[in-house]
Amino acid sequence: MKLTTRMLTAGAVLAFGAHAAAAATLDDVKAKGFVQCGVSQGLAGFGAPDDKGHYSGLDIDVCRAVAAAVFGDATKVKYTPLTAKERFTALQSGEIDVLSRNTTWTLNRDTAQGLNFAGVTYYDGQGFMVRKSLGVTSVKQLDGASICTETGTTTELNVADYFGTHNLKFNIVALGSNSEATAAYDSGRCDAYTTDASGLYSTRVKLANPDDHIILPEIVSKEPLGPAVRQGDSQWLNVVKWSLYAMIGAEEYGVTSANVDDMKANSKNPEVRRMLGVEGEFGAPMGLSNDWAYQIVKQVGNYGESFERNVGQGSPLKITRGQNAQWTDGGLLYSPPFR
Amino acid sequence: MSEPHVFTPTPPQPPPSSLVGPVAWIRQNLFNGWLNSLLTVVALYLLYLTVPPIIDWALLSATFSGTDRSACAGSDGACWTFIKVRWGQVLYGFYPEAERWRPNLVFFAGLAGLIGVVPKTRWRKWLAGFLLLPYPVAAFILLCGGVFGLPSVETARWGGLTVTLVVAVTGIVASFPIGVVLALGRRSNMPIVRSVCVVFIEVVRGVPLISVLFMSSVMLPLFLPEGVNFNKLLRALIGVTLFTAAYMAEVVRGGLQAIPKGQYEGAKALGLGYWQAMGFIILPQALKLVIPGIVNSFISLFKDTTLVAIIGIFDLLGIVQAASKDANWLGLETEGYAFAALMFWIFCFSMSRMSLRLERKLDTGHRR
Repeated sequence: MKLTTRMLTAGAVLAFGAHAAAAATLDDVKAKGFVQCGVSQGLAGFGAPDDKGHYSGLDIDVCRAVAAAVFGDATKVKYTPLTAKERFTALQSGEIDVLSRNTTWTLNRDTAQGLNFAGVTYYDGQGFMVRKSLGVTSVKQLDGASICTETGTTTELNVADYFGTHNLKFNIVALGSNSEATAAYDSGRCDAYTTDASGLYSTRVKLANPDDHIILPEIVSKEPLGPAVRQGDSQWLNVVKWSLYAMIGAEEYGVTSANVDDMKANSKNPEVRRMLGVEGEFGAPMGLSNDWAYQIVKQVGNYGESFERNVGQGSPLKITRGQNAQWTDGGLLYSPPFR
Repeated sequence: MSEPHVFTPTPPQPPPSSLVGPVAWIRQNLFNGWLNSLLTVVALYLLYLTVPPIIDWALLSATFSGTDRSACAGSDGACWTFIKVRWGQVLYGFYPEAERWRPNLVFFAGLAGLIGVVPKTRWRKWLAGFLLLPYPVAAFILLCGGVFGLPSVETARWGGLTVTLVVAVTGIVASFPIGVVLALGRRSNMPIVRSVCVVFIEVVRGVPLISVLFMSSVMLPLFLPEGVNFNKLLRALIGVTLFTAAYMAEVVRGGLQAIPKGQYEGAKALGLGYWQAMGFIILPQALKLVIPGIVNSFISLFKDTTLVAIIGIFDLLGIVQAASKDANWLGLETEGYAFAALMFWIFCFSMSRMSLRLERKLDTGHRR
């Protein structure tokens, strides 16, 4: 074990040492002509191959937005499907340029593991699903409920914490795997089923009668998912960060892929004019062309469009915006000003 | 004077009806004794419980039509539409549609070659030579492209059955000679050669294939300088090949040990050198003895190819898993896994049949 740790450290030092010297990812990306994006091997709504063999999903749209910003062409992305174990190595070793694979932003990952998170694409967190027939509208009404979940994950602890602080009784039914827990809930063995909210929605699609179940509004843990880049390259970090902010900002200002041309020509809003490159020179400091954000919105769409298309009402998952609404609508999405 | 008595033997009686015919067969094989009768009844009941629902699910109530999920709505049976829509991905992964004739050509040329070498014809030797040398090179060029005007298709876009077969066939073809050499090395009198072979075999056999693949995909990139990226598929191929070679070596060593000492001595008495003795006398006998063991390793290798899914390569199983994570097809894992199991069974069963054939053909005595 000690030896392994030492080897890992040696490897990490070697890898980071090499990268400190050649950190200009943006130049590398421009030279090779595409963004190499590390993605999930398959997660409904966030990144999975569709019938035609193209990747699609919320995480995938971040990759496409970065490509649109750098090249003005959202198709210039190559995807590397990664397992949870190899995702950080792939980023550290330079195999990929961006990691956009439902990765939770944590302190340790952001500092010790050689990553920099560029923002949050989806505020996930543990939620609860119940049958509509129970007539329950809040977790606080679930006093004494039996709750199905998977064993050995933090979900059990989160439930204990939440119910403990609210003085509620509960009865955990922990099952070996996620599919067992789902089946137990579906067969009526538990009143509620708990896992991360994004997982709740894709679980609901698999149930016998999806429409008979609702997801309660409370979220009892923090799982902010977002894209990450290598540490030590702030230029590239800025490109990825502001590609994401361009999607979020565009939604706030009402710029969509449909009206972006009209907005660019006619909008009087200075914020919109700066974002779309009509006024000022905001692309150059990042090493991008001035219409970078225009290209993102034109080709990928704003955050809301991407959300609804991949995980929201336009998809089978039908996830509600919740925490992922704009700050103006009571959510957590907030883009710094384009100025 | 009466006619001399001519002896006419009594015509043989047909066997009693209790010994022939289906009824007798059933009585003798299924209901001889109370224990067997009980077991038969229980087995029939279990079959009744399982088989009709499976047939109903897989065939009678199954949906085959349509091009999207809505075709399967309201049906209790399997949704084979899912497999139908994803058929291209199941076979080729993300290989560009316009270029799919290339894996097809490689597959059917290989298959035709394999069938062609079976009958004894004039062309057999040429065909075998073609399969061993130019064919792998041609297959590699065809699949990768990038020369002779063929568009380049990077290995990241390969997938499905194509990857499964590429990994399995490369592993099988490359591990066999390496395994034979390792087996000979392990029985060699030269101490360095012997210890190198022993160490290699024991180290590789002592490590699970999963950890070899993990090392190659998680650790190796950290030690390489930046910009040096080994192809993922190549890493998996090397790992799988070396792994199978170690097992193959032990199988072949078993065969070598089964050859009586007289054969070695006889070969020496004829004045044959080491390689001649091995090539003409020992190996042909030894390999023939261990055909079942060799094929066993190959079948196990074929199934082990699914492990490449854990390093992010979409083999047949991996692509089915990824497809069932598409939001439009959620909850169809059962269909995907059932289909993948059927595909694997077809290939493994064909391999075991081929091995039986080969054993019968090479059977020249020694049967014990």
